[in-house]
Amino acid sequence: MTWIALKMLTGDRQKFLGLIFGIAFSTLLITQQLTIFVNLIQRGSSAVYNVGTVDLWVMDPASRTTDVVYPLPSTALDRVRGVAGVEWAAPYLQSAATIRTPEGDLEGVTVIGIDDSSLIGMPRKMIRGEKTALYEPDTVFIDDVGAERLFPGGIDPIGRTLELNDRRAVIRGIVDTIPSFTSQVLLYTRYSNALSYVPGTRNRLSFVVARTAAGKSQGEVAKAITAQTGLKVRTRDEFAADGRNFIIENTGIPVNFGITVALGVVVGIAIVGLTLSLFIRDNIKQFGALKAIGVTNGKIRLMVAAQAGLVGLIGYALGVLAAVAFVNGFALGGGFFKGFYTPWQIPVMTAGVTILILTLTGFGALRTVLKTEPASVFR
Amino acid sequence: MSAPAAISVQNVSRDFEAGGQTLRVLNSVNTDIMPGELTFLVGESGSGKTTLISIIAGILYPTEGTVAVFGTDLYQLSDADLVRFRLANIGFIFQQYNLIPSLTAAENASVPLVAAGMAREEALARSMVILDKLNMTAQAEKRPNQLSGGQQQRVAIARALVHEPRLIVCDEPTAALDAKSGRRVMDLLREVALSPDRTVIIVTHDNRIFDLADRILVMEDGRITKDGREAMDH
Repeated sequence: MTWIALKMLTGDRQKFLGLIFGIAFSTLLITQQLTIFVNLIQRGSSAVYNVGTVDLWVMDPASRTTDVVYPLPSTALDRVRGVAGVEWAAPYLQSAATIRTPEGDLEGVTVIGIDDSSLIGMPRKMIRGEKTALYEPDTVFIDDVGAERLFPGGIDPIGRTLELNDRRAVIRGIVDTIPSFTSQVLLYTRYSNALSYVPGTRNRLSFVVARTAAGKSQGEVAKAITAQTGLKVRTRDEFAADGRNFIIENTGIPVNFGITVALGVVVGIAIVGLTLSLFIRDNIKQFGALKAIGVTNGKIRLMVAAQAGLVGLIGYALGVLAAVAFVNGFALGGGFFKGFYTPWQIPVMTAGVTILILTLTGFGALRTVLKTEPASVFR
Repeated sequence: MSAPAAISVQNVSRDFEAGGQTLRVLNSVNTDIMPGELTFLVGESGSGKTTLISIIAGILYPTEGTVAVFGTDLYQLSDADLVRFRLANIGFIFQQYNLIPSLTAAENASVPLVAAGMAREEALARSMVILDKLNMTAQAEKRPNQLSGGQQQRVAIARALVHEPRLIVCDEPTAALDAKSGRRVMDLLREVALSPDRTVIIVTHDNRIFDLADRILVMEDGRITKDGREAMDH
């Protein structure tokens, strides 16, 4: 009876397309919004993942994320280096500053100061320029998204001079980074340089980044650092999660996205439920006739399940493809969406929601069919 | 010794609840219908003929009484067995045809075979045979909205006969047709459906076709009040 069920469905072109549209729209909305939400939240950990080869982040106990920092005294670096199990430790400064753009506008930037000698703290990949250029006086490297923002229209940023907190800074390289949550321009420079760019307070060291020695566990070394220095230590993944959780706990983003996702579910249920019930109502005499002829309720259930399954499959595929195309299209365009991707968990979740929508609406429609008395066809 | 009845209706009553009141629409109906008979069930609206045919067809439980169709006491069967019995033994023809709009004539005719589990191709081949008998071969690939009312009713007849049931029940088969088409459909139905081991019962108001009946049962107020061709002769 499955082919009969599917022909019944596809023969009513308008309702068939309406059902597919309902599922596709709902799937698109949910997948796209969840994808943007997840990628946006992950930006909360971008500063952590931009730094390669670092296992441990050491900070003042009051510090919470790379952006919510209480600076350390510069002596903290040597104290961390003195802990057994620490292979190496390097200074890391992150601070807000202001630059004057070539057009004369002011732009907020994040200055990141990395170890003068080892350059630990630099992103792994240079897009333009050589890492060693950072040793030249007043040199800064700019992140690729920031370069597009500050120098739109194909202007070459290399060699350009910026006015950074009243000091001269020359761009001599472009680094490949994950943009920050606020997409602020990132300027990398040597730690000693950064100290002169950033307005002075007594303590200016944001973090000590460290690596555990071979054969030592990150947990053990972290405990040792805390015990000996009184500083807070987070592993790379813990600190990345802190950044994400901070956004979740301190912004309205989860609620806003949650509302849109809920809206997607409601719209899906409304469109699909209404169209499916109209389809069933239009075909109720045919279903009644089938029941009179001798089609069992079990077969009727299978028929409605096949109809819902076909609509769900096509609508879900179209919705997910559209969402992935949308996200990938924007990601390829760079800028704010750089690096956006659809984690596999999201289509799986959306599939679950689609099944839920079809189950709820399908049961509603099925109830009408199952309640139909075969004798009603003679009335 | 006479042949056993194809259908035996014994003391059948049926009540309906409406507005807090119990209405008795069938009142102790008794009748036997023999195989090979084309029986018309006639009467005014509300006389109980649709209720009686529904009970005979196994789609409406009686409040009281028994109905045996070819020796099987229908309402002693479980729900599942009753559905299976209908599928194997009863063909239905409805006033509004109730064809599935998106299926072709051949596909519509094959529905009972498919419901019984037959493969699609075999079911379609068998439905083509019956459509051929009804002079509908040329229309086999057409959908109901491409067919006239008379042609749609012939597809409905094909659907009722394709699985070779022993009882055919028809509800006002000519009501939606003009006189000429109605007569042609009834002639075909009599020619194709009726055989010595098969019984056809037709509910109708259409006195233009009464002459085709072997037997006419007249119903009034839930009872059979007249029985036989002569019942309608006046």
